[in-house]
Amino acid sequence: MIARSLDEALAVITDGCALAVPREASGGAMAATRALIRRGIKRLHLIALPTSSLQADLLIGAGCVETIETSAVSLGEFGPAPRFTAAVTAGTIRVKDAICPALHAAFQAAEKGVPFMPLRGLIGSDVLAQRKDWKVIDNPFGNDDPIVLLPAIRPDVALFHAPLADREGNIWIGRDRELATMAHAAAKTVVTVEKLHEGSLFDDPTLAAGALGGFYIEAIAVAPNGAWPLALADHYGADAAHLAEYARMAASADGFAAYLDRHVHAQRAA
Amino acid sequence: MPSAPRELLHSFRGEELLADVIAGLIGDARHVAVGASSPVPAAAALLARERGRGRPYVSLLGSRRQSFFTDGGRELFDCAGQGRIDAFFLSGGQIDGEGNINLVAIGDYAKPKVRFPGSFGSAYLYYVVPKVILFRLEHSRRTLVEKVDFISAPGTSADHVYRAGGPVALITSRCLFTFERRRRRFALASVHPGHAVAEVVEHTGFRFDQPPEVPVTAAPSPETLRILRTAVAAQLIEIYPKFAAEVFGVRQSV
Repeated sequence: MIARSLDEALAVITDGCALAVPREASGGAMAATRALIRRGIKRLHLIALPTSSLQADLLIGAGCVETIETSAVSLGEFGPAPRFTAAVTAGTIRVKDAICPALHAAFQAAEKGVPFMPLRGLIGSDVLAQRKDWKVIDNPFGNDDPIVLLPAIRPDVALFHAPLADREGNIWIGRDRELATMAHAAAKTVVTVEKLHEGSLFDDPTLAAGALGGFYIEAIAVAPNGAWPLALADHYGADAAHLAEYARMAASADGFAAYLDRHVHAQRAA
Repeated sequence: MPSAPRELLHSFRGEELLADVIAGLIGDARHVAVGASSPVPAAAALLARERGRGRPYVSLLGSRRQSFFTDGGRELFDCAGQGRIDAFFLSGGQIDGEGNINLVAIGDYAKPKVRFPGSFGSAYLYYVVPKVILFRLEHSRRTLVEKVDFISAPGTSADHVYRAGGPVALITSRCLFTFERRRRRFALASVHPGHAVAEVVEHTGFRFDQPPEVPVTAAPSPETLRILRTAVAAQLIEIYPKFAAEVFGVRQSV
């Protein structure tokens, strides 16, 4: 289960697959993302739980994404996501606009093995108007109470970066519990980790409370600093200078190509 | 050492004025949550907590320290759905006179002229959080429009639609509006120091109610400025390092 290389771990992420990735704060697998771009992955159906930043922008800019389902793509303090913005205005990707709690709920439906989840809000918004796959019903337990139903999201693969894995394939995710939801919902899950933990994560009740069972995990690769240039919460901060450089370079197609040459294609996975 | 001139002691930045006004709007709340890319509302929530000696609870999305959530990203929304979040903040690339907000696109949705990041949690939190404070620094006819191009979340809903929450106010770099849900309309509440009612009218793309006398927004007190520049600034560095450096001149210790 512990792969010999990052590329080996990523083998299950194939062209055209529905790939789920978490919000930046929960652990973006950036070394893995660069490896996928180097491989030239295509036609991804990218699903952000529930938002994305640099990870989606890089994949979109590199031409890897056909459709993105998300509630937002932004570089946060570093401004709009330039390649996402350019691709949407040029019409080169399809966006399934959602909202954060809708994505959380749709993943929860998948993890429960039920076909849909109801959610408050949305009624009267253009977000709902644009989503022909979402339905409004009258609450069967209420009286004239319309409520939205969201179909379950069951990705082919979930991909994230976490602090620790043990040799049994268990992952330590701490309080970022949406990573567990993602893994439960996805058919397969690939994880990169900072390092291997000696012994079982389940031997220590403190660690066990923040663990995700290896049962759900397809492949693990060790990728030290694997969230760079994003932060890995409680471990290291974001590389602000690099993100500022990205925002500057990715503002134009040529600048983005130069960024890819310098920071993606010229590099090899750790 | 000679003391600083009085006018310098009392000078303040626009962000500090807005944080003070927003802290006042938060009022008596048990739990205030702040979403992504919202440094001024975050400063306001932390200011309210400093003044309230630890209350309200403050949850800053994306923060490890200013959050008690342990059940993943969904906990914030589940908490709000139950009515356990009293105040939240939303913005918009466009905001219209009926309180509709647009976080998605300008022009035709299928082929937009301008694309914004996306709707985040708006079309849910706007419905379930009792006090939603709209926040948009740029006050122009480009941002404050008669009708938004895309409704990320509507300001009001039909009577039979579940709607425990909604907008209470809109604050900009020029003024403060309050929102009257029943009338689906904003009213000018105060104009910030150095700005004028005529200027607000000129730069606002929607119609709003206007009392005969419009007060000037109260400037932050020296004590408020002290709290913002010390305790609040220090807590903001974690998730808004650029903002903390630019506005308060504080930097993360290495």
